[in-house]
Amino acid sequence: MSEEKWTVNFVVYRKKGDGEPHYQTFTLEVSPDEYVIDGVERIWAFHDRSLVFAHACHHSTCGACGMRVNGVEKLTCITRIRDVTKNGGTLRIEPLRNFPVISDLVVDMSRLYVGMDKVHAPAVHPLSLAPLEGEGIKPPRDVPMDGGKEYLRLADCIECGLCISACPVAGTAEEYLGPAVLAAAQLQGLKRAPDLAEVVDCVDGVWRCHSAYECTAVCPSNVDPGWRIMDLRRQVLAQRIKRWFGGA
Amino acid sequence: MESPAKKPNTRGILDWFDPRGRQVGGWGFILNRLTAIGLTVYLYLHLVMLGKLAQGPEAYDSFIAFAKQPLIMFGEMLVIIGGLYHGLNGVRIALNSFGVAVPAQKQLLYGVLGLTLVGSLIFGLRMLAAH
Repeated sequence: MSEEKWTVNFVVYRKKGDGEPHYQTFTLEVSPDEYVIDGVERIWAFHDRSLVFAHACHHSTCGACGMRVNGVEKLTCITRIRDVTKNGGTLRIEPLRNFPVISDLVVDMSRLYVGMDKVHAPAVHPLSLAPLEGEGIKPPRDVPMDGGKEYLRLADCIECGLCISACPVAGTAEEYLGPAVLAAAQLQGLKRAPDLAEVVDCVDGVWRCHSAYECTAVCPSNVDPGWRIMDLRRQVLAQRIKRWFGGA
Repeated sequence: MESPAKKPNTRGILDWFDPRGRQVGGWGFILNRLTAIGLTVYLYLHLVMLGKLAQGPEAYDSFIAFAKQPLIMFGEMLVIIGGLYHGLNGVRIALNSFGVAVPAQKQLLYGVLGLTLVGSLIFGLRMLAAH
């Protein structure tokens, strides 16, 4: 990390209980190579112990520290301050959209977890079922390749909720399953899990998506939910056409 | 312990049109929504105009004279731009929905914008030439 120091204004969303939301500014001296979560932690440690935020792993595995940074969904543990502001600049830190705010920067992600349950994607896989060394992972025929060496990180959804926050439709359709959930369904595939068809082939399933692709733009884990929703639509259509011709 | 709030943190349809932080696909979505609303409003106006036909030739002629004003012609131009964009973007979304060219959705959107521009220019020039 360089010795360079920047002065940055953290404008932080605050909300407690039923109180009105407001913004509070904290001016910090930071290294531009620190991450946004470092600044938020420093506010909590040295300025205001009542600030509520979530974090755990600090290396983009747990998905807990998702927030909106200057209006864009970011996993704050891998978002360098240098990349989102400048010396003397501002960082507007807000909670994710489209989830209820519990307090300050923490949201209730039940919507995501309930959806994951609906498509039988448990949060924790038993070790015996873990797809080790590629076994058990059967990518669709035309899955994009990463330099021809490895498949894109198929199973790497960290359930951070950034995609649901970025989705413009999720804000007006509370029952919409959302990008991460539909991606989890696509990963399983309708051939292997035909019972998922009735969960996803409905108005609040694949057909609610309006192709803004904001989910793919903000996903920190290369899941590419936008592509997966479109592929799931293709699977649904293929299944319907097959049924018209008397197939199972 | 206080129970968590249940109301989602959203501004509803205002978030559809918020351009801040949007990527290319998001801009496509915003334009699609705006043109959809515009075309719906136009449809109602169009039906009102057609209603003039039932009020006799004089009412119709006076409406046609009114419709030749520059402001109305500008409105017609917007209808063409909106119709072209909305229709062509519909084709893009339909292709994507069949799993076609999803990784190229940005390039397809640029194509949609390009065709909309060309089509609108052709229509605009023809409209000016006719008056």
